[in-house]
Amino acid sequence: MYLAKIYVTYKPSILDPQGEVIKSALKRMDYIGVEQVSQGKYFEVKLTAKSIDAATAEVESFTDALLINQNTETYHFDLSLVADEVNA
Amino acid sequence: MTIVKNNELTPEQVRDSKVYRQWGLTESEYNLIVTELNRLPNFTETGIFSGMWSEHVSYKKSKPILRKFWSTNARVLQGPGEGAGILDIGDGQAVVFKAESHNHPSFVEPYEGAATGVGGILRDIFSMGAQPIAVLDSLRFGELDDAHTRHIVDGVIAGIAGYGNAIGIPTVGGEIGFDPVYSGNPLVNVMAVGLMDQAAMQVGQAKGIGNSIIYVGAKTGRDGINGASFASAEFSTEHASDRSAVQVGDPFLEKLVMDATLKAVNAHSDIIVGIQDMGAAGLLSSSSEMAAKAGMGITLDLNNVPQRETNMTPYELMLSESQERMLFVVKCGEEQAIIDLFQEADLDAVIIGEVTDNGRYILEFDHQVVADVPIDFLTHAPKQTLPMAEPKRLLSMSEVQYQPDVSNLKQTILSLLAQPTIASKAKLFRHFDSMVRSDTVIKPGGDASLVRVRGTKKALAMTTDVNARYLYLNPYVGAKMAVAEAARNIVATGALPIGITDGLNFGSPDNPEVYYELDQAVAGINAVAKQLDTPIISGNVSLYNETDGQAIYPTPMIGMVGLLENVRNATTIGFKNVGDKIYIIGETLDSFNGSEIQKMQTGSIDGQLFGFDDAAEMSSQRLVRTAISQQLLASAHDLSEGGLIVALLESSFLGQLSFNIKTALADKYLFSETQSRFIVSVPESQVVTFEQLAGQKATLLGQVTNTDEMMLTTATQQIILSRQETQKVYQESISWKLKA
Amino acid sequence: MKAAVISFPGSNCDFDMLYALQDFGVDAQIVSAKQTALTDFDAIFLPGGFSYGDYLRTGAIARFSPIMSAVTQAANAGKLIVGICNGFQILTEAGLLPGQLLVNATPGFICDEVALSIANHETAYTNAYEMSESIVVPIAHGEGNYFADDDTLARLEANNQIVFRYVNNPNGSVHDIAGIMNERGNIFGMMPHPERAIDEVTGNIDGQNFFKSILSSILTNV
Repeated sequence: MYLAKIYVTYKPSILDPQGEVIKSALKRMDYIGVEQVSQGKYFEVKLTAKSIDAATAEVESFTDALLINQNTETYHFDLSLVADEVNA
Repeated sequence: MTIVKNNELTPEQVRDSKVYRQWGLTESEYNLIVTELNRLPNFTETGIFSGMWSEHVSYKKSKPILRKFWSTNARVLQGPGEGAGILDIGDGQAVVFKAESHNHPSFVEPYEGAATGVGGILRDIFSMGAQPIAVLDSLRFGELDDAHTRHIVDGVIAGIAGYGNAIGIPTVGGEIGFDPVYSGNPLVNVMAVGLMDQAAMQVGQAKGIGNSIIYVGAKTGRDGINGASFASAEFSTEHASDRSAVQVGDPFLEKLVMDATLKAVNAHSDIIVGIQDMGAAGLLSSSSEMAAKAGMGITLDLNNVPQRETNMTPYELMLSESQERMLFVVKCGEEQAIIDLFQEADLDAVIIGEVTDNGRYILEFDHQVVADVPIDFLTHAPKQTLPMAEPKRLLSMSEVQYQPDVSNLKQTILSLLAQPTIASKAKLFRHFDSMVRSDTVIKPGGDASLVRVRGTKKALAMTTDVNARYLYLNPYVGAKMAVAEAARNIVATGALPIGITDGLNFGSPDNPEVYYELDQAVAGINAVAKQLDTPIISGNVSLYNETDGQAIYPTPMIGMVGLLENVRNATTIGFKNVGDKIYIIGETLDSFNGSEIQKMQTGSIDGQLFGFDDAAEMSSQRLVRTAISQQLLASAHDLSEGGLIVALLESSFLGQLSFNIKTALADKYLFSETQSRFIVSVPESQVVTFEQLAGQKATLLGQVTNTDEMMLTTATQQIILSRQETQKVYQESISWKLKA
Repeated sequence: MKAAVISFPGSNCDFDMLYALQDFGVDAQIVSAKQTALTDFDAIFLPGGFSYGDYLRTGAIARFSPIMSAVTQAANAGKLIVGICNGFQILTEAGLLPGQLLVNATPGFICDEVALSIANHETAYTNAYEMSESIVVPIAHGEGNYFADDDTLARLEANNQIVFRYVNNPNGSVHDIAGIMNERGNIFGMMPHPERAIDEVTGNIDGQNFFKSILSSILTNV
């Protein structure tokens, strides 16, 4: 089984108001070195696939289809092989 | 019958380790259980007794006082003891309402604490078979200059919004107050109002041998295990990092559960025997109370409980406070119709047990009996009669009323308007959807909110109120004032007050002074409720509101509902027409101890509370209601915190019109908080009729104008305020403080 | 005129829309998002709410509901498709309208009544409004910040597809956009709630002409 860790963020050109609010809060809390905050989404998806290439294709397909909105969001992901778990 | 699961203590270990004390059971309560069972209770049994006998579930400490509440009149269809109280509003319809507190969870995790508070009270309403139509919030926080308080305010507001907006029930009103006594112990009281056909009324009872217990809604996880005991324990800052008692709400799921439950009630009332939501002490409390109320027994097979996590023990399954779960009792043989209905909405609906006639509460797990106790005993915690003592602070209070410093009248007015308790809360209420369902007639910002009953001419007025500073100075009179003010709010819309729910927020009842406050507050609420004919039909008690031994002010939130027979007569607080005459109704006296101006100018409140005249209150309210029903008034606004000047300014701001006022009163009386007063505006054409009706009760103050200048002439001077500038202070002060 | 109001799991303005349509004499009914056919209807309304809890992104999961292929078919057949609030969000996620609704520029849910200007009077949604009319309509959303790339915006402007604009932009929407339609004019979405502004009792009737516009255009076309 494969584990995909998918990181979704806004495209750099899109204003991220939540990130901006967090940044100003951090500044208020005296973390003066903070330069930029962007808030994104993180998904862990376990999937079975014949090969790592097949898994990669699958992850790209469903991320494009559902997990992101291509108007504003972009993503990258890590894929690793994990042991099958016995689900109780 | 001494089954021991993995990792669970044996009955002997429970006895010897006294682990039950951590769960809130006293030694004598434990010994009572041993005597009644005639054996040692096992781990699961000890756990279920600790849950059921917690103050939060059993009200064992407050019940002797709560029994005194007056709760019957001709309208009452359901009084205290069920999920919510129900009142007859005519035409075969009924209004259902109740309040609930989520104080401790909101301190630990403000967003989820407040959100699940909304979810819980809505379940109480729709479990009675009623469609929730409105939510109101009564909130108390520390002062906004404290960063942690600001964090709590943000979280609580977002949590109420996050849940209420998503489930689609409008948050139509409520009130927010600030005082340092709440800084370590904020209050989050939520009131919900529902509407139903009387024919659809449901109660939480498990009648009929062999009938099935059906579990509906979210799966059970380990969230909130022993939350009931948690809410019944005093708060110490040491435990602030203990987050295990926090539950996470899912408004989407609750929306599905709500819609499906109401559909079931409408389509299958013939086969549904009872409905109860799973609130405090979860499955345990809902199932045992339903059986106890019906005088029956119950047997549950815990393996059938839908579970979100693996390897959950019977103790965890019973005490979990996972949200969005309901229990149905359905006639034997008819279960599939209910199960199908819920499954159609993609919800779990599973038979987990049955009603028996043996009076026992029996839990089975992995084909073994893991608990077997008498249900009456389990659901009736030993009552405690606690000592009371009049608080020492009340014995030595000055009889003299505070005299405000009004040497700079204009500045005093502006400073008062900027006080967080006075300033507009619109910037906070703006986060709540107050209009969804499209029935909101009077939105937040008025005296009371008003929601129409679609398809009729009727509307329901609703409000929450309490000024805890008054109760701190005099718990009995302060409680009377809380009920009176709530009623004035209702009356100012034109509606007739018809009933009360309460949220009694107090410190530790083990402190005789706090117990005295509770007793006096209930007596005060009763006294005015009877005169108004507004029975107390439901309520909630939250005790142990203390941080490091410091109790909050006694804060009995009064939630009141009123009935307006013709929504076209609805009256709001804003001035309407240039030239309308402005009157004050009621007498203005030296009433400054406990007032907003005393708090602002001295930093504290002190001295004997000013008086309350029951007869004057009733006659002021009668006058306003009569005048509105005869359509004599263009606006009506009750006088409360900040007194006459604040009420005048609010009527101006809301109406976007100014005033020219001339009064024989001395300057300080602009800030007096004498009860039983209103300001009203009367169109020229109605002045004669109004004056005849009012007689000595009303005094002409001046008239409504359309300039920016608000002119005010007192006995000693004339001042002019710019409406635009003054309103800016009123509108913006809260956001300035929140952004600090 | 026969209208369908789609009820997605989590929709909470479905009945508000149904009652509003019925108040204008429309033969309207609620249709579950689990249904797959919409052939009987002249107009289809996607109401406000929090479909699927607005989890993941607003409208992102709802667009995969069974009913959505029927909505797309109806749209292609030229039927009127109207998305209000969450309905607008679903239409953009489904690609039936361009752009996307993002988190408000100042994050947080806003419930208020805001002034709108009518940017295009010759639409099925605005033809009953007076030329000079500026209207006030309730808003209630946390994700109403309309975004589209510059090319799309240029196209929207050039084709007069912008139907309503905010007078005082409450949420950061580009070009103050409050409501848009597709090029053909039969698919429309807006964040404000006209269905909450049709009854004097609740204090606002500025939404009445929205419904009158739709009625007159359907009656003309059918």
